[in-house]
Amino acid sequence: MAIDTFLKSVLTEPKPLMELSEPQWDVLIHSAQRMGVLGRVQYRLAEGGLVNGVPTQPRMHLESARIVADNERRIMRWEINRIARALGELQFPIVLLKGAAYLITDMPVSNGRVSSDIDLLVHKNNLATVESALIAHGWEHTKLDDYDQFYYRIWSHELPPLRHRERGTIVDIHHTILPPTGRLHPDPRKLMAAAVAVDGSPFRVLCASDMVLHSAAHAFQDGDLKRGLKDIVDIDDLLRYFGVNSSFWDELVDRSQELNLVRPLYYALRYSSLVLNTPIPPAIMDQCRKFAPSWPTGQLMDYLVAKIISPRSQGWPGITHGIAASSLYVRSHWLRMPPLLLARHLVHQWRQRRDHRSE
Amino acid sequence: MNVSQISASELRRSLHDPGFGIRTGPFVVRINSPIPSVADGLGLLYKDFPFAVNSFADFHVRLDRPYNLHRVWHPQVVCYLNDECPFAPLPSDQALAVFESLLNWSIYATTYHYLIIHAASFERGGCAAILPAPPGSGKSTLCAALVSRGWRLLTDELTLISPSTGSISPLARPISLKNASIDIMQAFATREVFSPKVYNTIKGTIAYMRPPSESVARMHETAMPRWMIFPKYQAEATTSVKLLPKGLAFLRLASGLVNYSILGAMGFEALTQLLERTQCYEFLYSDLNEAIDWFNRLPSTN
Repeated sequence: MAIDTFLKSVLTEPKPLMELSEPQWDVLIHSAQRMGVLGRVQYRLAEGGLVNGVPTQPRMHLESARIVADNERRIMRWEINRIARALGELQFPIVLLKGAAYLITDMPVSNGRVSSDIDLLVHKNNLATVESALIAHGWEHTKLDDYDQFYYRIWSHELPPLRHRERGTIVDIHHTILPPTGRLHPDPRKLMAAAVAVDGSPFRVLCASDMVLHSAAHAFQDGDLKRGLKDIVDIDDLLRYFGVNSSFWDELVDRSQELNLVRPLYYALRYSSLVLNTPIPPAIMDQCRKFAPSWPTGQLMDYLVAKIISPRSQGWPGITHGIAASSLYVRSHWLRMPPLLLARHLVHQWRQRRDHRSE
Repeated sequence: MNVSQISASELRRSLHDPGFGIRTGPFVVRINSPIPSVADGLGLLYKDFPFAVNSFADFHVRLDRPYNLHRVWHPQVVCYLNDECPFAPLPSDQALAVFESLLNWSIYATTYHYLIIHAASFERGGCAAILPAPPGSGKSTLCAALVSRGWRLLTDELTLISPSTGSISPLARPISLKNASIDIMQAFATREVFSPKVYNTIKGTIAYMRPPSESVARMHETAMPRWMIFPKYQAEATTSVKLLPKGLAFLRLASGLVNYSILGAMGFEALTQLLERTQCYEFLYSDLNEAIDWFNRLPSTN
């Protein structure tokens, strides 16, 4: 079996993995660890009853990853509970995003997923109320200079992150899901309007299609795919979970047009199916082809994504991997801000780094 | 095949390219370095450890020279764990100490299937003693002294407790001695082998004592903890021992455990069971011979 198909098979049809040699397990475990999906790998193997067939040493790494992921989940549950206590009395809708939403609705995507940061979405007019309620309950601004505060408040889609002064956990308060300075502007009012209430909790979560579109936008419009595979695994998990409902797929495509997120949806479907064999109805794939970028851009994205998610046999990155990673980083900034703003931002970051060094 | 079975020059060559794996207890560390002092240090301290050929490696460690002026001028060593670089570069004459700390750190940072106690431990007659203590308490000195007098070395820094069986998995790695205890131990344990001193590290001067061949040969043999002893070295003190209530021992231990909170309920269970099966003491000492006498008189029946 070729090395670059390891992760695909561990996450889709893990049976042949039981034939792997120890050096092959080495590549698999360390690549999965680096990309932050080792906990997911453990859960998927366990669902197939395959964990005991793994040789002892790699099995111990899977075991460790599960313990770490379960701990993150425990922290997040407590954090959601504490935020509910701080914000439960407020009379406007508060939407949990990403990891917190997956956890509170007990979706399989939250098994083995690592991240204990909480993301909230509220209407722009309610930002200040939420911020001060959290500050009153022990959260505080992480040390940020005037530029950072200014940057977040004027140009970003979220407030500067708040950190709890005792537990150290982070809350991000969003008023929309993509930076207002970027090119795509999904209307947050539409997201809020379609959000669904969660039983036994004061929070809401995005509706099924919006959850997928948010994950797609996060991975392919806002992010730099630094953890490449982790974002794609999320998308794959969401699609597999919601996809059993046949009306989901048409709603997803319609909704992507309504929210102006057709390109991220195209990328999400393309790479999720290419990398993880996500079962997507062929008619939906055909329909989404019209959202594809121009041919050269598509070729370049294919190359960069393949590069970024390929496991590496040695413990250190090759030069092409480095170039692919920095290209995606540059791309994410290019999509996030108009050129002049980007220039200003980069000059500031450079100055800060220089001053930091000379201190 | 053991490390001692290949020549020093061959060791240097193969460490540089392609590198090699060494088995230490449950782990395999794969090391790669062009720096001769690393190869020589490994040849000296890890002489009895087996190479792990064609196997899974838990940690990929690389110690390299930087690609800048510090390659030749005030030469430095940069270290990598997998593809990450966890520490700032250090002077290259500290390379051996960098390797040892990096390996400790690798185990701390990625191992959650054991409860890890920052403690030395050693065994005799099937019973193990755990010595948890902050740096400066003389835990490594005491450990080296006992090991040089026939106790089996389990570990000098990281005691790995299996949550399911409660037993200790030995690492049998070199014992790190600091500052004054280096000369004391060289005079006390004349048959043991010591590495050259490494000067000016964060912890002062460091030297390593090679683990006895027998401890290394038995590194896959786990041991059940029987005693939990909090040592304290105090100049001129006569040896004195005090039974420590288990509640107090629990609090002392739990506050210093690295991965305890991440293990959740499993960590609590493991720690409770550990304390149930051990007798806990506070141990004040200054004279090594007196201390060894006391340890040797511990009842060795299980």
